[in-house]
Amino acid sequence: MSKLTIALTKGRILKETLPLLAAAGIEPLEDITKSRKLTFETNRDGVNLIVLRGVDVTTYVQFGAADVGVSGKDMLLEHGGEGLYEPLDLQIAKCQLMTAAIKGKTTKVGRIRVATKFVNVAKRFYAAQGRQVDIIKLYGAMELAPIIGLADEIVDIVDTGNTLRANGLEPREHIADISSRLIVNKASMKMKHEVILKLIDDIRLAVEQPN
Amino acid sequence: MSYADRWLLPDGVDEILPAAAEQIESLRRQLVDLYHRWGYDLVIPPMIEYTDSLLVGLGSDIDLLTFRLTDQLSGRMMGLRADMTPQIARMDAHSFRREGISRLCYTGHVIHAKPKNPLASRTPIQAGIELYGEAGIEADIEVVSLLLESLQTAGLPSLNIDLGHVGIFRALSESVSFSTEQERQLFDLLQQKSTKDIDAWVEANVTDTESAKWFFALAGLAGDASVLQRARDVFDQAPAEVIAAIDELEVMASVISQRYPQAKLYFDLSELRGYHYHTGVVFAAFSPGHGEAIANGGRYDHIGEVFGHARPATGFSIALTTLHQLLSVEYQPKPAIFAASTEDPKQWLAIQALRSQGERVVCGLADQALVISESLCDRQLVLEEGEYCVKPLNKN
Repeated sequence: MSKLTIALTKGRILKETLPLLAAAGIEPLEDITKSRKLTFETNRDGVNLIVLRGVDVTTYVQFGAADVGVSGKDMLLEHGGEGLYEPLDLQIAKCQLMTAAIKGKTTKVGRIRVATKFVNVAKRFYAAQGRQVDIIKLYGAMELAPIIGLADEIVDIVDTGNTLRANGLEPREHIADISSRLIVNKASMKMKHEVILKLIDDIRLAVEQPN
Repeated sequence: MSYADRWLLPDGVDEILPAAAEQIESLRRQLVDLYHRWGYDLVIPPMIEYTDSLLVGLGSDIDLLTFRLTDQLSGRMMGLRADMTPQIARMDAHSFRREGISRLCYTGHVIHAKPKNPLASRTPIQAGIELYGEAGIEADIEVVSLLLESLQTAGLPSLNIDLGHVGIFRALSESVSFSTEQERQLFDLLQQKSTKDIDAWVEANVTDTESAKWFFALAGLAGDASVLQRARDVFDQAPAEVIAAIDELEVMASVISQRYPQAKLYFDLSELRGYHYHTGVVFAAFSPGHGEAIANGGRYDHIGEVFGHARPATGFSIALTTLHQLLSVEYQPKPAIFAASTEDPKQWLAIQALRSQGERVVCGLADQALVISESLCDRQLVLEEGEYCVKPLNKN
């Protein structure tokens, strides 16, 4: 059987991905969440797992360093999805990509400043609405930007909305529903289709019939 | 300007150093010889020409890849070639019109204004062939065979070919009269095979249940040869062009697997790379360890129209620089013979005699000592009893 490398997103997505992989018959030989290693062998010969930051999973899979990956739809939208297939919605780590602003504050007319780590998504979203915006790329603590006056709006992931509320912000417009997707490198799909199509089918079953 | 600014090359711009250069050139010669044996004539298109001819036919795919500059003689816009196919099409349509079949091959640099992906070179070397004047699947079969032959000649350890047919999506899309925008949206979704998004889109945009069934199934029609049979079941009520396209793929697959049983064929009926200019069978070659295709090709029947001579056409191009990187064999340069500097005319004759036999002879210059570690010499030319003869070179 040909070798297969699967790139997983660390953190919350990882915890929800492992049961799906287990249902498809792939289990790491040691406890990923307790180890500081980055690559893990599994019970299936030739199948290895690597654990990465979400933003890097798309890069590893696009260039074929990993054949298959688990990535949030937010990362895929930002990346653009070039060189990738995303054949399966894993229905995990669900949330929403939204704009947010200070509660009750009316939207400024004309050009506004938007802080986000999703630069491409934000550009596309505001352009589609016919609004000219200046984008500020931030790597974390988006909620701070409107409070301090760095930005008028933010584009960020909203789960429960608690962080927004705690900082006096409110969600405004819905950009996209987010969940984690199984992604596949296009060349790997073409060369290792027997293994990969079987893996997709097994995981699809696990997604559709959660036990 | 700092010292580094003087020697740094622009991002994605390559230079090729001795061992690799020799290997790539040897690969290039082997391929040109191969194409010659198959009846393909070599042409050398210009590095630069007017964008009016350079950017036609391939549509938006090539627009962003092309470097532009103004021709100071005519004031017209020129472009550096980012792909040689439109040039070959122009040559076939205009420079030497043939009514019969034209088989052409080419090699050379192409220049990309932006890399095709963040890791790609902006100055790749390509080799390729084009076959004009035959619309039948036989021409596509010849072209795919020659692609496999090229990869085998290069010594690529495994042959993986991806086969598709843009006629299927085009006929399905016409049968339900999608608007241009609708076709573009579905096209984008199919590129990513995002089943969830495709299903939602089809439900919103296709009302006829039979047609909707086709589009739901399309992204899943990928895999080994059994895909073609599954496609026949799904598309039994589909337009005749769809059935004809499946027939073509089936004929091609059976001939190719008979000719090249070691080649692994993968079918993907929603593979729409180059959809804007391809008109029939499309194919690509892949190699383990490389996340992108190393060769692409397919049928593009309308490209000659803008030059006033529409001709059926099919062909492929291979990224030679990529192919070279994927070859596992370590390249061994041919060892040379060292001839120390003398003023003896007889030595000159001996050197020339060896060179005419294909030996590589390096002459010493003045009193310059041979730096053995840098030289490729493993033998030397010595004078023994009035005759020059070749002896092993003592490297100590």
